[in-house]
Amino acid sequence: MRNEAGDLLNHFRQGNPEAFESLFHQHQRAVYGWILRITRNPEAAEELTIESFWRIHQAHMRFDPAQGFEGWARRIATRAALDWLRANRRHRELPLELCAKLPTPEQPDPAITAEIRAKVVLAFTRLPLNLRIAATLALVEQLPQKEVAAALGISVAAVKLRLFRARRLLRKELERQGITP
Amino acid sequence: MKNDRIRKLLQTALPPVKADAAPSRDLWPAMQQRLRAQPTAQTNLNGAWLIGVWLDGVLAVGLVAFAAFLPASIPLLLYCL
Repeated sequence: MRNEAGDLLNHFRQGNPEAFESLFHQHQRAVYGWILRITRNPEAAEELTIESFWRIHQAHMRFDPAQGFEGWARRIATRAALDWLRANRRHRELPLELCAKLPTPEQPDPAITAEIRAKVVLAFTRLPLNLRIAATLALVEQLPQKEVAAALGISVAAVKLRLFRARRLLRKELERQGITP
Repeated sequence: MKNDRIRKLLQTALPPVKADAAPSRDLWPAMQQRLRAQPTAQTNLNGAWLIGVWLDGVLAVGLVAFAAFLPASIPLLLYCL
């Protein structure tokens, strides 16, 4: 089984189209889910999944089968999502309706009013992009900091610093809007 | 404590995405279409690469000319490299 997976990765590295197709089918869902976490926009996440796999296809010769496919694909997908967010500034804003459309595991806390939620979203969208991505993955999605660091191509210490700065800016912005976190 | 409050507020305003979130359709047909369009993209890439090489050449010639007219600037240029 392990050899089969290793063969598939080696074939992909050599530019075998069937190996690429197989990897696409195996990982498209995971890559889509990862991008959706960053962009929080289902339509954009589908387009960016295709863009990410296109980049993966173009970079097949740089792929190291010993490092595994998932982490490598995730780094490429993260870069594609960041490029998209940078290029589409208007999509940086997250209307509450868009958030409500996302497939989420639980209903929001009813004690926190819609007005407060709107203010939190506004404060969140005002964060610099690099802080926002780190906060999305580590605070909202509760992913391990090591995983976030690997996807962003930075150290765990850098993730911690970004989270510290994100929290501080969010707190300041929320206090400015009359909410004491 | 304050950090927990911030996290809770964030998770309420921006609920986490379900672990099994999936695209609304199979993306492979669109991927195939993108791959078929690849030669065009490759040509564009080659064009961009040629422009890059050309600009690098112009910059190198400019630097050599600058160093020839102002030899005293060579240590500074080497330092900047």
